[in-house]
Amino acid sequence: MSTTVLSEVLTSSEYVATRPVDIPRRPKRRFSWWHVVLIPIAILFLLPFVQMMLASVSPEKELVTFPPPFVPSHLTFDGYVKLFTQTDVVRWLGNTVIVSGTAILSNIVLCSLAGYGFARLKFAGRSVGFFLILATIMIPTQLLMIPTYILFATLGLLDGLGAAIVPWLATAFGIFLMRQFFLSLPAELEEAGMIDGCTRLQVFFRIVLPLARPAIATLAIFTLLGSWNDLVWPLIAINNDQAFTLQLGIANFQSTRRTQWDLLMAGNVVATLPLILFFLFAQRQFMATMTFSGIKG
Amino acid sequence: MLNARRAPVLESVTTAAPGGKPRGRESDRRGRRPWRASLTGWGFVGPATLIILGLSIFPALWAFVLSLQNWDGFSEAQFVGGANYAGLVSDDEFGKAVVNTLGFTLLFVPASVLLGLFLAVALNRSIRFIGIYRTAIFVPFVVSAASTGVLTTYLFSPQYGVVNNVLRVFGLPQQGWLEDQSQAMVVIAIMSLWGQAAFTTVIYLAALQDIPGELLEAARIDGANHWQTFWRVVWPQLSPVTIFVAIWQTIGAIQLFDLVYTTTRGGPLDATKTIVYFLYEKAFKTLQFGYGSAAAYVLFAATLLITIIVVVYSRKRNLEAF
Repeated sequence: MSTTVLSEVLTSSEYVATRPVDIPRRPKRRFSWWHVVLIPIAILFLLPFVQMMLASVSPEKELVTFPPPFVPSHLTFDGYVKLFTQTDVVRWLGNTVIVSGTAILSNIVLCSLAGYGFARLKFAGRSVGFFLILATIMIPTQLLMIPTYILFATLGLLDGLGAAIVPWLATAFGIFLMRQFFLSLPAELEEAGMIDGCTRLQVFFRIVLPLARPAIATLAIFTLLGSWNDLVWPLIAINNDQAFTLQLGIANFQSTRRTQWDLLMAGNVVATLPLILFFLFAQRQFMATMTFSGIKG
Repeated sequence: MLNARRAPVLESVTTAAPGGKPRGRESDRRGRRPWRASLTGWGFVGPATLIILGLSIFPALWAFVLSLQNWDGFSEAQFVGGANYAGLVSDDEFGKAVVNTLGFTLLFVPASVLLGLFLAVALNRSIRFIGIYRTAIFVPFVVSAASTGVLTTYLFSPQYGVVNNVLRVFGLPQQGWLEDQSQAMVVIAIMSLWGQAAFTTVIYLAALQDIPGELLEAARIDGANHWQTFWRVVWPQLSPVTIFVAIWQTIGAIQLFDLVYTTTRGGPLDATKTIVYFLYEKAFKTLQFGYGSAAAYVLFAATLLITIIVVVYSRKRNLEAF
């Protein structure tokens, strides 16, 4: 231990001494061998997307010949035309937007309120309540599917958009995330607001919530990813194709449009492109969400 | 902006407000009326708590009751005790589902941990185009299981698939992929890795960036090469993250359903039928709610058991190491 500390001290002084010499060469980086590793990996990861895009603009016949041409002989939008004229994809997209939009709004309101309550307010049953909510994170969704299905059937919620929305109205992860965030805020600001005569609710909406934008962004992305891509629950709860979500529609194509690859791939592009664009646009927030849901979840 | 003079409505904290009541009043009032604080508190947390507990704790308990019954949703429910659990033990189909699920887990978890670690190390440097590399590896994470399923079926089609075409170009024999009993699960594991690599990578990346630079510097000065620095300094520092990622991926792996549903639907010849797929068929195809619930509870128990074993094991090992 002591030798490493000693060597560290020695080297840091050595480092400082040599540092000025290093600075000028900073702008021109040396070639890194990691490129040789990373370029093929990046290509492999992107290839399925390239194939998906290409197939969506290929003539249908070329997709069922072997060997398939690596690049289509000519571009055609037949797949998209068929997708939009023969299927209800627009409706499904609309349904998914409604489900995800409601889920995000509801999560932002309910989870921040609850997160704030658990972080700041003192009331009977607070610890028990929070503990129970954390405990639900351990329960796998598969355990809940059957009773929830029966419950929704009794309530008459099945086969409508409500079935897809209700389980996403509030999430335990969201409450946990918001609580952790509010705990990290200094309480003085809120106290100042209270001294100025604000009620708890006013303090929450005017002081706390505007400060919580980064946490809300994380919560919104988490909810968007989960609700947009959810498959198993809508699959069980919705059998009426007017209330299909986009994922359900795409999965259903597998059996109803088995070899119409141009249509299938066009549908896939429509289903994935919104999230991909959003990811490219807000990559930093996405990475923060993934890290948080992993490390803290 | 803050309506400084407005009279307090929900909860009154009026200390030192201009022309307000004297200090100390707040605690007096709280003491006298604790129900008021409770009302405010539950006003904030109530709606979300109600939804979450109502849709998890309550159904979880109900599922246990169901697992002790025979019920198809229409006729009278019959109490059968542990018969459903006993039935699972002797059910060959369930046995096969367990074996398939374990097979997938053994393929997927080590591969995903190693791949994540490798990609994180590769991406944890400031070289040119690093942003492009990161984006390429992370973007599959947002693609849904339904889309991945369609894509998988297309890429790995034995008749027209691109993968077989690549094999053909290199003069290698054609494969059956999803239509081959011994390869179908491998294909599903590969595509799961494609979609999930971002998750393990981002966790390892965060952990790598938390390792103090002095530690690496010290190792380098002490004469360690990159390889030694990694395995002797970095890897031990990452062990809590490795344990966490392994548990997380294992839990995810034993719950595999979506990609099976969107590719093989459990086939060929049940080769990709997983526990959750079995559960789905029993509960929602043949309406055996009780039997399905029992399978769900077995899965839940397995999840808990794995988590406990790994946590206890890692604690023990850490104790021995230090």
